[in-house]
Amino acid sequence: MSADWSAIPRDRHGSRVPGWDEPVDLEKDPAGIPDPALVEVPAALRSEIEEIIGRYPERHSAALPALAAAQRHHGWCSPQAIRETACVMRVTPGYLTSVASFYDMFELEPGGRHSVYVCTNISCSLRGADELLAAIETAVGDDPDINVRGFECLGACDIAPMVSVDQVYYGPLKGSDAKRLVDDLRAGREPLAELALALRPTAAAAVPKAKGAKPKGAKPKGAKPKGAK
Amino acid sequence: MSGPLLLKGIDEPGLADIAVYERRGGYGALRKALAMTPEAVVAELEASGLRGRGGAGFPAGRKSSFLPKGDMDKYLVCNADESEPGTFKDRELMAKSPHMLLEGIVIAAYGAGANHAFIYIRGEYEEQARILDVAIVQARGQGYIGERILGSEFSLSLVLHRGAGAYICGEETGLLDSLEGKRGNPRLKPPFPALQGLYQGPTLINNVETLATMPHIIAMGGARYAKLGVSGSTGTKVVSVSGHVTRPGNYEIELGMPSREIIYGLAGGPPRRRKVKLWFPGGSSSPVLTAADLDLPYDFDTLAKAGSMLGSGAIIVIDEDTPVLDVALKLAKFYRHESCGKCTPCREGTNWTVRMLERIDAGEATPMDLDIMASVQDHIMGNCLCVLGDAMAMPISSMIVKFRDEFEAHMQSRQLAGAA
Repeated sequence: MSADWSAIPRDRHGSRVPGWDEPVDLEKDPAGIPDPALVEVPAALRSEIEEIIGRYPERHSAALPALAAAQRHHGWCSPQAIRETACVMRVTPGYLTSVASFYDMFELEPGGRHSVYVCTNISCSLRGADELLAAIETAVGDDPDINVRGFECLGACDIAPMVSVDQVYYGPLKGSDAKRLVDDLRAGREPLAELALALRPTAAAAVPKAKGAKPKGAKPKGAKPKGAK
Repeated sequence: MSGPLLLKGIDEPGLADIAVYERRGGYGALRKALAMTPEAVVAELEASGLRGRGGAGFPAGRKSSFLPKGDMDKYLVCNADESEPGTFKDRELMAKSPHMLLEGIVIAAYGAGANHAFIYIRGEYEEQARILDVAIVQARGQGYIGERILGSEFSLSLVLHRGAGAYICGEETGLLDSLEGKRGNPRLKPPFPALQGLYQGPTLINNVETLATMPHIIAMGGARYAKLGVSGSTGTKVVSVSGHVTRPGNYEIELGMPSREIIYGLAGGPPRRRKVKLWFPGGSSSPVLTAADLDLPYDFDTLAKAGSMLGSGAIIVIDEDTPVLDVALKLAKFYRHESCGKCTPCREGTNWTVRMLERIDAGEATPMDLDIMASVQDHIMGNCLCVLGDAMAMPISSMIVKFRDEFEAHMQSRQLAGAA
């Protein structure tokens, strides 16, 4: 199961990183940059990371996209995935772990094939996101294949409440859509296809043209406040 | 009034394709800009009065002029890490008209003399990143990006960089650290990024909407653009309206439009004729305004005078049926989650604020707690490297001031419930 980071309170130990207070093994050698001869990196992953490094003037810049690539290959940022990335990038695994643990989208625990992010930030919660999250969690039950997470603002408040399923945005959802979403995922269909964000026109198109006002926010003359030229 | 600029015809099918964009006159402004000197391009931007659309509202032309002159590696970074709760304008712009952004990036880079450009897009925007990926390949194929653009002496490389989920990376120096492959911790300023930014080189950082406006400014001329809007807040702005409104979405307005007209006229006001209780004029970080402020003109200076800010242009409307405590708690939890932990006032302050709000909700608080909470906010403000802590302190303080009665009533009702 994936760790629910927000459920790990900060005040008790000052850090959200699991295992932060485990004693250091002083007998162990510090992990240096992995020896290429000893780490077997899948060829596809190696070439992808090398291509990423080539984009930047500085190889460290590749850390985020390289970790994302490793996560795609391994399903999560496993110690092995991080070691392989570190080997190709020529940095220490510790460095990459410190980076991976900072960002919400890197999974430091194994999880299912599908990720469902439910936005629970302010605009979505005003429109019932918390109930939606609960409904989806109920519908998923203990299915290890689907990771459900409440997520901070995903930048789609126009379709609130919304979800991001495997990085594709859908909304607005009703509570009754929760079961359909999970059924679609289990059956291997595109979930809630008609609710895909990509299909939506700009909101301005829906504003009724009344009182001679222009539809897209044209300001009638004479409405200029003081300070106007 | 010329009508919308950025959202004009943005729903045209296939606009993300370079052929359609060019047919609509796209990349014409870039040709015009490349025929001018870089100084003249920056002068047009300054004349336009364009203020940054990301949140801080700093004049875009002046920001560009801060970069040192001379032959060195200079960088342009497009901040597409749109994470401010309530904001979703850049998402729609990038997904529907990616070439408008790319054209703006090349123009801005030419003006600033930058030869390397990066778009830092938040990791959750996977669909938008894919659209941009295709657009970049197309623009490169047509010679708008790359070596000796359109036969000029100017060359520009462009890399799309995906983030991985961290609000703090929208802060410009946190973004730079993240782009350098580190944890996204903000840096001490000065030195400002204009002098020492990405890879310690001079760096210009602009928001998506700011950059996407630049082709329009070059095309119509800075002076003509400055006639739009009101003095001090020129031009048009894409506002993202969300929360308790009938038609949430992006609307392009001329700055200075009465806020009521945006919330009621465009977005349809709260459903079922409920009243507006409070609204955030510029994202969740802006101090809240109430129904009494609905007639304020929507522009930078008026909102600042009213004790709030235009911010990213994200209006979040909350109706009378929502307890203010719920809003405060949601916000405080968000900032606690997103605090990077580098500065003590923010790391501890966000946490204490959440705990005190929870105490109020649990009926364990005393009226003094409100004062303590207000003082915690005061101790965050201005005491950190970046404004993430302030971004929580500003709305929470304004809520304590404007809705103190409600907080106290909430406290008492919970205490009574607990006693019974």
